[in-house]
Amino acid sequence: MERYTVTEVCLLAGKLMLQSGAETYRVEDTMIRIAQSYGMDGAQAHATPTAIMFATDITEPTNFVRIVSRETDLHKVTQVNGVSRAISSGHLDVTDAAKALITIDEQKDTYPNEIQLLAAAFASGCFTIMFDGAWVDFLPAFFVGALGYGLMSYFHDMIKIRFFAEFLAASFVGLFAYLIIFLNLGQEIDKIIIGAIMPLVPGLLITNAVRDLMAGHLVSGITKGAEAFLTAAAIGAGIAVIFFIF
Amino acid sequence: MMLIEQMVVSFFAAAGFAIIFNVPRQVLFQCGTVGMIGWSLYRVLVLFTVDEVVATLAAAAVVAVISQIFAKWFRTPIIIFNVAGIIPLVPGGLAYDAMRHFVENNYDVAIPYAARVVMLSGAIALGLVFSEIINQMIRNGKWKKYHNKYDRKGLERS
Repeated sequence: MERYTVTEVCLLAGKLMLQSGAETYRVEDTMIRIAQSYGMDGAQAHATPTAIMFATDITEPTNFVRIVSRETDLHKVTQVNGVSRAISSGHLDVTDAAKALITIDEQKDTYPNEIQLLAAAFASGCFTIMFDGAWVDFLPAFFVGALGYGLMSYFHDMIKIRFFAEFLAASFVGLFAYLIIFLNLGQEIDKIIIGAIMPLVPGLLITNAVRDLMAGHLVSGITKGAEAFLTAAAIGAGIAVIFFIF
Repeated sequence: MMLIEQMVVSFFAAAGFAIIFNVPRQVLFQCGTVGMIGWSLYRVLVLFTVDEVVATLAAAAVVAVISQIFAKWFRTPIIIFNVAGIIPLVPGGLAYDAMRHFVENNYDVAIPYAARVVMLSGAIALGLVFSEIINQMIRNGKWKKYHNKYDRKGLERS
């Protein structure tokens, strides 16, 4: 009976971390650490961005979890890390750990949506300046960036196909950037668009992919690279459509 | 003057991204700081006509070292500071340029951009891995006993 629950705790922890955007090696490491502190020294874990496999020992039955959606939520990664530390130091038994993990799973975002929108807007404006844009373009990028980020979250909930949501959001960014230039409110359309799409661009995914490849996690590296490439292609296509029309 | 402007701007950009990625509130300020240090170092190096790839490599390595210190200090996973620190360095703008030229059928312009993106991402990843390796070497050296005792494996249970 206890074995069953230890497996559950490990899989739940791994699933939470992977869904929240932790690195693959960290997920495997955490799962094996948890299993070891419950006395299973031969535990085996294998994580890829789309699935986790786990066995309490090499001859035991293997368990499997499918990961459907991935996002970046570093607060959850921190909390799971805290639970894993508590388990390693022997402060948590299996049931408490499972309960703690379920609480983490069910909680909402740390920041309300409006704050995230504002953060995306500020990041967009700042990126315009960082790419040597003029301060005139700060406000246009600010508003277009907020719009792009907001639309992307909206489309994500509405459309289940992720790349199409990104495509639509990017084309709206392009459209509004074009309008701003057309109404003579901004200077350089390129800088405004680059700043405004930064919250959408999978820069982190690209770097993570290369990093996984270097660390020898070939499957995860290629999967993440493909995801990043598709996202970048969707954004580029969305912008290109606007350039095409006008 | 330009450098101060860039520092302020990169601080807010990194902190903004930290909010988008749901970083815990207590370390938001530190995330911005890591991003600021990485980007300032990159700008200074580029100003002294160092190659962009080398500058990115150096900045990423410094970001990773600071992240490691902060992760120990504030007892959080290192990925939080890593992410915030490398966000300004990530070649998102170049990736956009490459993609735009690809979809506009300007393949000969797009390919240099794409190659640049690959080189820069590789440099970031290499910088991160590099400092991790150094950290591991230190850890496996004289501090090994200390770590085993206090860090993770408290296997006191029966």
